[in-house]
Amino acid sequence: MQRRPILSLPTGALFMLPAGIFIVAFILLPFFWIAAVSFTNRTLTGRTAVNPEFVGLDNYLRLFDASRFLNSGEFGASLLITGQFVFFSAIIGQAFLGLALAWFFFNRKGWIQNTVTTIAIIAWIMPDVVVAFAWFAFLNGDGGTLNQILGFFGLPTPDWLLDLPLVSVIIFNIWRGTAFSMLLFSSALGAIPPSYLETANVVGASTWQRLRDIILPMIRSHIVTALILITLWTFNTFTPFLLTGGGPSYQTEVVSIYTYRTAFQFFRFGSGAAVGMVMMIINLGFALVYLSLLRTQRRSA
Amino acid sequence: MLRTIRTLLVTLVLAATIAHAQNLSITFRGVAGGVNAQLVEWITSYVIPTFEANNPGVNVELIEFGGSDEQLKQQYALDLAVGGGADIMGFDGFWIPEFVEGGLLQPLNVVGGPSVDAWEGWSQIPDGLESLMAFGGERYGIANGTDFRMIHLRYDVMEEAGIENPEAWQPTSWEEVLDAARILKQANPNSYPLQINAGTSMGEATTMQGYYMLLLGTGHFLLDEDGKWIVRSQGILDALDLYETIYVEEELGDPRIQLVQDGRNRSFANFRDGATAMLVEGDWFYRGPTSPGQEFEVANRDEVMGWTKMPAQAPGAGLRGQDFVTISGGTGFALNPNSDNGELAWELLAFMNSKEALDEAQKTQPRIRIRDDVPVPDAPFLTNTAAALGQYTTARPNQSVYAQVSYEAQLMTERVVSGEMTPEQAMNEYAQAVIELVGEENTVDLLN
Repeated sequence: MQRRPILSLPTGALFMLPAGIFIVAFILLPFFWIAAVSFTNRTLTGRTAVNPEFVGLDNYLRLFDASRFLNSGEFGASLLITGQFVFFSAIIGQAFLGLALAWFFFNRKGWIQNTVTTIAIIAWIMPDVVVAFAWFAFLNGDGGTLNQILGFFGLPTPDWLLDLPLVSVIIFNIWRGTAFSMLLFSSALGAIPPSYLETANVVGASTWQRLRDIILPMIRSHIVTALILITLWTFNTFTPFLLTGGGPSYQTEVVSIYTYRTAFQFFRFGSGAAVGMVMMIINLGFALVYLSLLRTQRRSA
Repeated sequence: MLRTIRTLLVTLVLAATIAHAQNLSITFRGVAGGVNAQLVEWITSYVIPTFEANNPGVNVELIEFGGSDEQLKQQYALDLAVGGGADIMGFDGFWIPEFVEGGLLQPLNVVGGPSVDAWEGWSQIPDGLESLMAFGGERYGIANGTDFRMIHLRYDVMEEAGIENPEAWQPTSWEEVLDAARILKQANPNSYPLQINAGTSMGEATTMQGYYMLLLGTGHFLLDEDGKWIVRSQGILDALDLYETIYVEEELGDPRIQLVQDGRNRSFANFRDGATAMLVEGDWFYRGPTSPGQEFEVANRDEVMGWTKMPAQAPGAGLRGQDFVTISGGTGFALNPNSDNGELAWELLAFMNSKEALDEAQKTQPRIRIRDDVPVPDAPFLTNTAAALGQYTTARPNQSVYAQVSYEAQLMTERVVSGEMTPEQAMNEYAQAVIELVGEENTVDLLN
């Protein structure tokens, strides 16, 4: 039997055209432009703004220059900070805590569950700037809400954003992102056929056994998807900037802030573009892992 | 048909008129009731109403900016690069070279037309002050005036700690400054008596009020006599050693506020609250933030606040063999080359710098104005600083690469005060960075 396409090729292309134009104008062209700029010493001000020169791989070599790679404020240090930030706030914090919360409220009804879900969603839908401002006041060293509470109980009151900056932005990001993973996991849990768990109850399975043998295997694919997405988002997030500006002394400078500083505070578009390219390759790595996992799942399903 | 065309034409003309409505905008770092509130007050309550009354049909809008100088500069670079921005922009003179070389600024007489060169005010402005906002022989703006840097003192706090007659106190070496700080620290161990700016967060305020004030005291400058950038020298090491003594070894200053975003404001607050008794800042600190009704008003200021000259490392050890050091800069206003009303914008800028307008400005913030025909106000602080410091002062290199070198110097101080590196290591990193910026042939290593 001959397969007949619904649309002829030219008509199909015509329908694709608007989307195609958008993709070319806003994704492909900027991409090639950034790739090209990353091989120049182009800046926003100064002589090289008007006459950028081709510098080959200089921008990349400088990023990975071993003699200062791990100095504070350099790319390597920034990658290390990002690694800690992503591990603690995305994997341990958001994913783990989100799953724990979702499981805790799974199949429970009542006002506590509703309240917690509502609060979590409100935390998630508020604009970044508003949230950062609230947290800035909350964490303030002299007279911030958190320190007033700690002080009331006679606990130490550090100047959070100064003394424990990375811990502060990690906690902030967990607070910010847990709601989303909780929602994600809640819907995954909701998809488990109730009969499985009822059967488990009948045969006397313990809570732990139910989690290990029924729930986790059933939502494994959701966990993988959520982990990859959360990791990607956290890797690229810029929100810590609103709290600390990457400081003090670059202690919270994740790679997105590093890129911003290079390109828009130093006006070094060439080096900034090079960082952007490296970040894109790292993101591509995450995406490839994600896609290949999806493929294996589909094959095994 | 003819009527349709006529209607169309009329509409077009009308639209064109509206599009060319005489709108001007002006922006600078200032917020009513906040930073540079006096300048805002002068603009909104005098400059704008008077200019609008003299030029019917003209609307002038003030766009307040509450961020830091560095953020403002960033905003300008982006605005100008995409053809936007306010018609008149408050500019720090040292930004001009890199903006000009980047093609973002045009000379005044290109934007404002022939009336610029014919302006009566030029004859009243001394060449040295005119050059504050000039580059390559062209004028790009008009400065508000120049400034000096010194140690601001809290007499009351010093007296309480047992330093007698602080009004007459004039240290002649770094050691004497440190000794006074030690006495203050001993009297109040929780205080941070001495503030010499460090770190990248304070931006140019670190270079001008901190690093230079020390480096010049060692007899060195950023450049040698041949115009080569000095990347390693005993002077740099001594300056960094002093930073280390103050912030790491003895905590005479608070290392943390050098590292946070709002550190400079925190240092002002410390001075206001008496937690800091010696603060190296420009005369702007007296004219602006600490004056009555301003952000960091020092209560009973005439009694408790004063200043003294910044000494060289040792007598005679400073730049040009001086005993004392200071450095000057200047901010002012530049014209935006993207302005739709360049000539009108120039008229407003010229009006802002007319004798009449500056006389008025003296009422909100007395200072030594750029025009010779504006009387120096009867304020001992201003006349004394100019008389005492004018002979010692110097200026920054007027080159576009300067801003980047300056950042590297700030980073070098940050690495020392945060304890990340020793002075020697930080200097070597600085050397490497500056060599990358200007090329090895334009640098000199005085320790080799």
